[in-house]
Amino acid sequence: MINYQAIRVIYKYEMLRAWHTLLQTIASPVISTSLYFVVFGAAIGSRIEEIEGVSYAVFIVPGLVMLSLLTQSISNASFGIFFPKFTGSIYEVMSAPISFFEIVVGYVGAAASKSLILGTIILLTANLFVDLNIAHPFVMVLFLVLTCISFALFGFIIGLWATNFEKLQLIPMLVITPLVFLGGSFYSVNMLPPAWQTVTLFNPVLYLISGFRWSFFEVADVSVGVSLAMICLFLLVCLVLVWWMFKTGYRLKQ
Amino acid sequence: MSSIVNIKGLSKVYSGGHQALSTVDLDINEGEILALLGPNGAGKTTLISIICGIVSASSGTVTVAEHDIINDYRITRNMIGLVPQELTLGAFDTVWNTVNFSRGLFGKKANPAYLEQLLKELSLWDKKDNELRQLSGGMKRRVLIAKALSHEPRILFLDEPTAGVDVELRQDMWKMVRRLNESGVTIILTTHYIEEAEEIADRVGIINQGELLLVDDKQCLMQKLGKKQLLIELKQSIDKIPAGLEAFNLESSADGNQLTYTYDPDVERTGITALLKSLNEVGIVLKDLQTSQSSLEEIFVRLVNTR
Repeated sequence: MINYQAIRVIYKYEMLRAWHTLLQTIASPVISTSLYFVVFGAAIGSRIEEIEGVSYAVFIVPGLVMLSLLTQSISNASFGIFFPKFTGSIYEVMSAPISFFEIVVGYVGAAASKSLILGTIILLTANLFVDLNIAHPFVMVLFLVLTCISFALFGFIIGLWATNFEKLQLIPMLVITPLVFLGGSFYSVNMLPPAWQTVTLFNPVLYLISGFRWSFFEVADVSVGVSLAMICLFLLVCLVLVWWMFKTGYRLKQ
Repeated sequence: MSSIVNIKGLSKVYSGGHQALSTVDLDINEGEILALLGPNGAGKTTLISIICGIVSASSGTVTVAEHDIINDYRITRNMIGLVPQELTLGAFDTVWNTVNFSRGLFGKKANPAYLEQLLKELSLWDKKDNELRQLSGGMKRRVLIAKALSHEPRILFLDEPTAGVDVELRQDMWKMVRRLNESGVTIILTTHYIEEAEEIADRVGIINQGELLLVDDKQCLMQKLGKKQLLIELKQSIDKIPAGLEAFNLESSADGNQLTYTYDPDVERTGITALLKSLNEVGIVLKDLQTSQSSLEEIFVRLVNTR
């Protein structure tokens, strides 16, 4: 028997939290995306030649969406579980008749939903600046959803792991942001020297951005199949990690 | 009375090596108020936390209404409400939202009428739209109680409910505890205030250094362990206890106006008659007699110290 009520209240609670911090959750990504468009799209982009037949301003759209999606999924989900841990109110979730699966569905589901909404808003914002044609809408949505879920899960893991606010920021700042920037958000990997192209292949974010970009322009650094496989693998790793954390009561149960 | 919580051989060693509980056995009866008494760090909170599922036990078993707390956690946790010791609340939620959240977590359908009545009983109704961070400490404590009761539990754990609480709230709380208890809710509270245990509990368990030293009816406990004292006020003060009274181990007060005789009320011969006769023989004239029974506090101190 599944405790649907519990999933519902956790989900609702987390969604409500975004509503209270509407400016932070929605406005700030929209503003930063617009800034990227002004700087990279209009100012610098006008002097960059087309990449594989796509104008630079348009070319960076998928990368920009991914940049926001990744950072927001992680920060949202990690904060959602870290804050109750920080205030101690997590005791209630721990003592409620609710399984780890339900807790994860509630928290991660909400964080992923918020990212999904955010991704849509950014795409709409981008549409104001450039003409977007999405070649494979279904694949795009699939990438969007998978990315939101797996990085929300990853954020949830960080939130469980973090014992203070500094640790909460550590991985997004030191690992995720560099990976996203170096994963081809703003350029095609083909523009790099050959040696660096090989190095980039070890960056998991590359596969995400490449696959996502393919769904727009049918232009990709690696094949879509590989991209999909990679994101599924990442999702699986996160799931196993979360399962293990709850199984052992890691950082939750003494 | 049938027992509702069964604890067998429960031990807890924290990862740092601290032994918080060592083989605790305890049966909690349905419908009683049990006070767990013990100094800070005795293991009271650990015991409660294990039953509620917040801490895992190192060994031993706990069943609630014959359901294992690990295998049947959904059933057992549904029956339990917990008011934690610390004021562990979120900051930005409203009172109304947080109690609804609690109820939902326990899988219960929304019931605004019940929650309204609950908040009114706890004098929280006019604060229902306030954010938690705006509340005073006492109000936060009330919110924690409301949250614990939001899913209508059969068993309520109150961990140090009166720590840092003013007189008014304390009295409100005891009234509520009694009312809940009358409606059939089993109540387990921990405290290091002995008056509290003495005032409200049916049974008292004494915990020290992770061991449950004893559990007994409050009355029995006081009878069993409570020595009685006979206070003898004298008409004229004496300098020292006269010869011939050594056998009674009397203590005289500093001003010499009062003698104290300690005895066990449960033995066949308390020695009171002999004492009075002897006093008469040595020529001491009495002004007044008074007996007093040692409080739970004295019993407690004695127990904890003898270990």
